[in-house]
Amino acid sequence: MTVKSSRRSLLRKLAKGLPALAAGGALAHIGLAGKKAGPKGEFAGDPKVWREKFLEAARAAKAAGPAVDTLQAPIRPSDLPAMVMNLGAADVIPLTPVRPNAAIAKKASDIIRMQEELRKAMEKPIDQRKWIMVIDLQKCIGCSACTIGCKAENNLPPGVVYRPVIEEEIGEYPNVTRRWLPRPCMQCDDPPCTDVCPVGATWKREDGIVVVDYDACIGCRYCLAACPYGARYFDFGDKYTDDTPAVQAYENSPSPEYGKEWTRDGEGSPVGNARKCQFCIHRLDVGMLPACVTTCIGEATFFGDKNDPDNLVNELIASPRVMRLKEEQGTNPKVYYLV
Amino acid sequence: MRVDITSKPVAVPLAALWVAALAAGLVGLWLRLTTGHELANYTSSIPWGLWIAAYVYFMGLSAGLYLIAASAYVFRFERLQPFIKLGLFAALVSLSAGLLIVWLDLGHMERFYTVYTRGSTQSMMAWLVWMYTLYLLLLTVSFWFVMRADMAEWATGDGWRGRLATLLVLGRTDRSDHNQESDRRTLGILFTFGIPLVLATIGGSGALFGVVGARHYWNAPLMPILFIVSALTSGAGLLALLVALLAPPEERERREQALRFLGKALIGLVVTYALLLWAEFSITLYADIPASSEAAYQVLGGPYPWVFWVFQVALGTIIPLAILTARPRSGDWIGLAGMLVAASFLATRLNIVIPGFVEPQLAGLDLAYEEARLAYDYFPSAMEWLVLVFVGAFATGVFYLGFRVLPLMGGRKEAS
Repeated sequence: MTVKSSRRSLLRKLAKGLPALAAGGALAHIGLAGKKAGPKGEFAGDPKVWREKFLEAARAAKAAGPAVDTLQAPIRPSDLPAMVMNLGAADVIPLTPVRPNAAIAKKASDIIRMQEELRKAMEKPIDQRKWIMVIDLQKCIGCSACTIGCKAENNLPPGVVYRPVIEEEIGEYPNVTRRWLPRPCMQCDDPPCTDVCPVGATWKREDGIVVVDYDACIGCRYCLAACPYGARYFDFGDKYTDDTPAVQAYENSPSPEYGKEWTRDGEGSPVGNARKCQFCIHRLDVGMLPACVTTCIGEATFFGDKNDPDNLVNELIASPRVMRLKEEQGTNPKVYYLV
Repeated sequence: MRVDITSKPVAVPLAALWVAALAAGLVGLWLRLTTGHELANYTSSIPWGLWIAAYVYFMGLSAGLYLIAASAYVFRFERLQPFIKLGLFAALVSLSAGLLIVWLDLGHMERFYTVYTRGSTQSMMAWLVWMYTLYLLLLTVSFWFVMRADMAEWATGDGWRGRLATLLVLGRTDRSDHNQESDRRTLGILFTFGIPLVLATIGGSGALFGVVGARHYWNAPLMPILFIVSALTSGAGLLALLVALLAPPEERERREQALRFLGKALIGLVVTYALLLWAEFSITLYADIPASSEAAYQVLGGPYPWVFWVFQVALGTIIPLAILTARPRSGDWIGLAGMLVAASFLATRLNIVIPGFVEPQLAGLDLAYEEARLAYDYFPSAMEWLVLVFVGAFATGVFYLGFRVLPLMGGRKEAS
């Protein structure tokens, strides 16, 4: 088997494996995966256990380095993190001729490139990377896949939505168009939401991500008042299946935020806390892009380390189309829009 | 027309009302403690609601009462001397009510102590908690000194009151003039330190809102001044009501004198507050910059305009001013005007807290993802009202108990 064909095979397996894995995971996530439909083997059953094993495998793979040979073996969920980690920009080259659509090829190449850049950035000390997000509004089609992907990834309850998509109608008939503006947390460089916290439970990390310590937050909601973008939410303890005959099990499956497992039962955190988008830190830590980036079917969301001048995100923000929300407030958002 | 609240025809319905309020309030408290914030109507878009407005309201009452009582002591306002203890005790109860309701508003009540153990010096809220704590300590100590001579007198007697007084007086049973003079000097120092502290604290409450740059409706340098004036106004109103209701018949002359003094003060304060409100609204609406003016339009003509026009303008400003100017020498009417001013200030507080949130931070954000907890409309839920009723009943009960047990009025001449 040649190198090219083996890489093609790997990508094909990835292409087959990822949706199947995602479907299985999603079914398990919402409590619908039975013994027949759910993931097999060591990842069958409880999604909490499944996710834990997945993350463990990812961390182990990251620690072990590029050593897993999955070319001939059937794809298993535990293989995926290592496979993703080991992909390089060269992996996509053989596929280019067979892609029927240049845009699809570009998307794949952008994702793979960002993945590679992410892996490179993660090898640096935390204070030497600065995450930014770029959202191309001309590409956003308003499908809200990012919103739902984020909801599913972070297991968010009712009333907590880290990335709503704002719809804007421009002009009047017949000269009318629509524009969609996804609104994650801006991860401001000068965040007005952190200083107001009376117990210092929220702060900007060295890599620029604004985080909340769920174990310290007292739930005063001052940060919700102080955010100029409405990007913070309070977890009231609501559940989707409240007022139905039974609260479903998936409501109690844990959220993986901040690399821990946060189960919403009773009044314990994260119930009663302020919550916000944190660029999927738990995914970054295992070399994965934020969920909203990988679920964006409009190829509109980009993510990377601003401190590396060769990164895709730096190419994008060099565009004259770039803008940020409410720049006049001096918050220096790290989410850029291409208008 | 004077109402004697200790007479049976008045006391029995009032007591029945209080018991009913306490019972209903306990239901609200039970719901709050067992279901957390699930039954509250505030949202992530309007994250502060009735309880925060009530907290600001109680704190304003407390600060106003303290400032008036302490000023009366330090600056020797003779006509208010007999009612200093009453004012200080009401300030203490009101402060407790404010702290109680803001504690119930927290998402994690069990972590409140961390404001002391890991508080952030950059947060206005942390500073406020520390200042309120200092104020609570100062107020408690001041009240102890005000009451010490009376407690020393009780300690000489038998029964539960004597035993309690022996405990509370902390061994200082000497009632000599020299000792009482020493108490007065200490009180003078405490009040002299306390007045600027409380001015800073209640002004800081205004700053809590004023420093939030993201909320144009709040983000005004006028806010701390507005809070100081509103504290004095509501405090003067409540003190007038308490004096009118509770002054004993034998103190009739001193009651009338105190009420006339408070009536004049109320006119000045209500007019000053109305002037500040006019300044705020006229400037905002004349400039008509949507980010700022939309909230003002919501106050004047949004879904709940009656909160402003009926409670704040009519019941809180015009009618009291009419009463105070038409009946400037009638203690009863002044007490009624005081009640209207003090009660309607809850509406004023609601109109400070809620409108700051009603305008979405980004155009279209209100429609971007529709869920009940993201709504930009707010009216308090039954549970929220019941919790407020509980805090009100608790405060009223504690105050009445104190009024019956402690000699809060008359007898001793304080500073003179």
